[in-house]
Amino acid sequence: MARKMVRSSLGVALASVMAFNAQAATQIEWWHAMGGTLGEKINEIAAGFNASQDDYEVKPVFKGNYTETMTAAVAAFRAKQQPHIVQVFEVGTASMMAAEGAVYPTWKLMEDAGEAFDPDNYLSAITGYYTSDDGKMLSMPFNSSTPVLYYNADALEKAGAEPPKTWEDMGQVGQKLLDAGYKCGFTTGWQSWVQLENFSARQDIPFASNNNGFSGLDTVLEFNSDKHVQHIAQLADWQKSGIFGYGGRRSDSLPKFYSGECAMYMGSSASYSGVKSSVQDFEFGVAQLPYWQSMIDSPKNTIIGGATLWTLQGHDSEDYKGVAQFFTYLSSPEVQADWHQFTGYLPITHAAAELTREQGFYAANPGTDVAITQMTSGEPTANSKGLRLGNFVQIRDVINEELEKVWAGDASAKDALDEAVERGNDLLRKFERANR
Amino acid sequence: MPRLVRGAGHFVMSNISSERVPAFDSHWLPWLLVLPQLLITLVFFIWPAAQAVWQSFLMEDAFGLSTEFVGLENYQLLFTDPGYYKTLWTTVIFSAGVTALSMGLSLTLAVMADQVVRGAQVYKTLLIWPYAVAPAIAGVLWLFMFHPTVGVLAYLLDQLGYEWNHFLNGDQAMLLVIIASAWKQISYNFLFFLAGLQAIPRSLHEAAAIDGAGPLRRFITITFPLLSPTTFFLLVINVVYAFFETFGVIHAVTQGGPGDATRTLVYNVYDDGFVGLDLGGSAAQSVVLMLLVGALTVVQFRYVERRVQY
Amino acid sequence: MVENRFWLNLISHGVLALGVLLVAFPIWIAFVASTYPAQALVTGTVPLWPGDQLLENFGRVLGTGSDSSVGVSVALMLFNSLVMALGIALGKIAISVLAAYAIVFFRFPLRMFCFWLIFMTLMLPVEVRIIPTFQVVADLGMLNSYTGLTLPLIASATATFLLRQFFMTVPPELAEAARVDGAGPIRFLIDILLPLSRTNLAALFVIMFIYGWNQYLWPLLITTSEDYYTVVMGIQRMLAVGDGEVAWNEVMPTTLLALLPPVGVVLMMQRLFVKGLIETEK
Repeated sequence: MARKMVRSSLGVALASVMAFNAQAATQIEWWHAMGGTLGEKINEIAAGFNASQDDYEVKPVFKGNYTETMTAAVAAFRAKQQPHIVQVFEVGTASMMAAEGAVYPTWKLMEDAGEAFDPDNYLSAITGYYTSDDGKMLSMPFNSSTPVLYYNADALEKAGAEPPKTWEDMGQVGQKLLDAGYKCGFTTGWQSWVQLENFSARQDIPFASNNNGFSGLDTVLEFNSDKHVQHIAQLADWQKSGIFGYGGRRSDSLPKFYSGECAMYMGSSASYSGVKSSVQDFEFGVAQLPYWQSMIDSPKNTIIGGATLWTLQGHDSEDYKGVAQFFTYLSSPEVQADWHQFTGYLPITHAAAELTREQGFYAANPGTDVAITQMTSGEPTANSKGLRLGNFVQIRDVINEELEKVWAGDASAKDALDEAVERGNDLLRKFERANR
Repeated sequence: MPRLVRGAGHFVMSNISSERVPAFDSHWLPWLLVLPQLLITLVFFIWPAAQAVWQSFLMEDAFGLSTEFVGLENYQLLFTDPGYYKTLWTTVIFSAGVTALSMGLSLTLAVMADQVVRGAQVYKTLLIWPYAVAPAIAGVLWLFMFHPTVGVLAYLLDQLGYEWNHFLNGDQAMLLVIIASAWKQISYNFLFFLAGLQAIPRSLHEAAAIDGAGPLRRFITITFPLLSPTTFFLLVINVVYAFFETFGVIHAVTQGGPGDATRTLVYNVYDDGFVGLDLGGSAAQSVVLMLLVGALTVVQFRYVERRVQY
Repeated sequence: MVENRFWLNLISHGVLALGVLLVAFPIWIAFVASTYPAQALVTGTVPLWPGDQLLENFGRVLGTGSDSSVGVSVALMLFNSLVMALGIALGKIAISVLAAYAIVFFRFPLRMFCFWLIFMTLMLPVEVRIIPTFQVVADLGMLNSYTGLTLPLIASATATFLLRQFFMTVPPELAEAARVDGAGPIRFLIDILLPLSRTNLAALFVIMFIYGWNQYLWPLLITTSEDYYTVVMGIQRMLAVGDGEVAWNEVMPTTLLALLPPVGVVLMMQRLFVKGLIETEK
């Protein structure tokens, strides 16, 4: 009763405030997870949009890391305080898709608002991750990246080696580096994403059943196949000999590369600007993610990481017109090309990639086009389209835990992957039940 | 009579049953006086806690769009999960480590400070301030020093031929969160040990010294037994601290890893609920924790009050 | 004395000095780190001796406004933390004094029930009931407000218990005498009881101030407007850079600034705090 009263009086207060502001621009809240210089760039984009028209004002709010941002949005939705737009990382995709009553699909948003919108303008390797079974785009791609190989050119030269194209090469290059006195050949960031998820895509083998979870909730994990085990077991051997040096979750291992301890780093293409500003004592280069020649002749595309923008239900239709306009602005070649060049995230549209090339950015910054070449080298297969798994955040945690046991020598590759699959499947079943 | 009150909050041991003769009579005044606290407690504690209990019987998607009443299934899942027992064990090891390290250091420092003729006050001032440091910040500072690549202590260890990489080595990760958590607690323990020591009559020491007992022997036979109430009090305080208030440290330093080496009970609740958005499972864990703390409190009333006398 | 005081003293001082060093070392490193440019802190081992960027780093942290990486100036975050810490400390003391006074000095129906109701709040830290509490606060329209930051955290009974313990040691004759002199209950509380509780209140203030200042998860969840960000949360924000690089040269000065107020409070109120803490808890 008291609560109701408070609520209704609050409603009155809000209504009067809104009436007062009727002349002013409609505010659109955008929760994002981009700290540091990326956050500043986001503010710049919003300011650009706000200056371009008078009806709407996009207000970006930095809500912490990806997990914190998503949880905050969920909590806010449950309390009916949700923002219009929230940036959700790729592993949260299945949760967002399953929440049909909470999410306003992008294709429908654009249609309802009468905005011109052609999904074919976007890179299919990116949108594939966020498209429903019947080919409709559910969220707005924003910051997508894909794993690449960064190498210390000076170190490779000193060791008399070329940047490795295949994992077979990697073993030899690593050995040469050790012989030349280096402590560590290569390290990796985001181990689940790079060494299992992208490994599966590149080698064209399934990570999970049901087309990697795209066609049903009763998916089971399959990343304990012989090929997966072989790859992880090889990495474990290299961890012992020093060719591979594990440096922590996420991108915690980057300082190993910066300091010259490890001569190569596999991680997000979006780390480019960070790498460029932090590497001081040597020349670095970018190459494609290696593949196993023994497993596949020509590797498939890698899959993406990063995040997209989801629109949440529950606001006025007038507000959503503003959201739609903002999405159009965000996808414009100029904005996208600038974002892509500044951050190292992939350009989400063909036009933005084209514009970047015309502006001579790739020529002036060798290596920045590696990611996009690698992503678009062929049509994505069922194994390289992406992943759609419920409770994926926790599944990745499970994978992190089990892989760390392998690197530490506490478990064999086979046992750890079996265990990870089993624990992961439990999480998938839980998700299936909650979202039936 | 020992009465404990934790700074940040959720633990008390006191003489609940004692009654006294009230001094004032009024029908409405006492109600008015307790009203603010009662209201805030009801609105911000009892109500949400009741919701957490209710939540533990539900299985729900993250957004609360589909809800299913599942009875005790969340609890059943919890107690059949070997990972949960592992977490419990990790918490026990961690708490033992924090308590032993922090109390050991504090006691040593307090005994020394009790010995010195001059300067005890200065040392007190210089040792007291980490009490004010947020757990999360303590975590960041220690992480920064032990970072395998840039950390200065990791570098020194490396020079000594010891390879430090807590991203890979679970034991080292555990050691690091223990050190960071214990560091923050040194000042609190030190204050209480020093006060306890200063309350021991000098004459006892002098008498023993005349009998020919050396400093170490005097400590074992006189000081330590007389200090036992303080020690016990701090033991409880430190265990509770390690159980419930070190979330910030673990969150900042290891996030439960590597593997599940530093995943404690409270971190697990956070991770399942806040990160995994499994609200039912997380609520069930909260309820288990609530019962655990409740039981601890009762044990203290019954046991501690009777055995340890000042 | 039988043994050699000199050596004993020397050893004691030695051990204490080591302890002080151990306790202070992390802060020294933080200070050193805030005197270097960002790159120096990710490319090699952090040095032990300060560099030359101290003023630049502090200047940048304190100078930047809405374009800083967190979206708000450190000065404003410090101010918000101060408001939150003071609000929690003073609010908690205020309601606790009243409630403890009622429970100790009055007899009224449901007295023990009230007591146990309050007592229950000791059993669950904020972290584990955070989502339902968020919902309540949202329903009351308190998101993004100082009220929302402080009020829910006042709902803990620690202070009430501490004061109750102390009040029970006050001789009942004192209240009797006051009553005979014609002083009402309110007069007694203000003129006699509160002055008597000075050290306890001081200790409580310090404990609660630090508790409030150090909150992290709660402000993180309920603030969506940068105007209400607090500094401990801001530091975590600076660390959450996704694919970018942590600007340690900004994190460390901010950390030092965030440490100053609570450490200052502890040191300034040291005498009262230590006395109050040990007296009430023993």
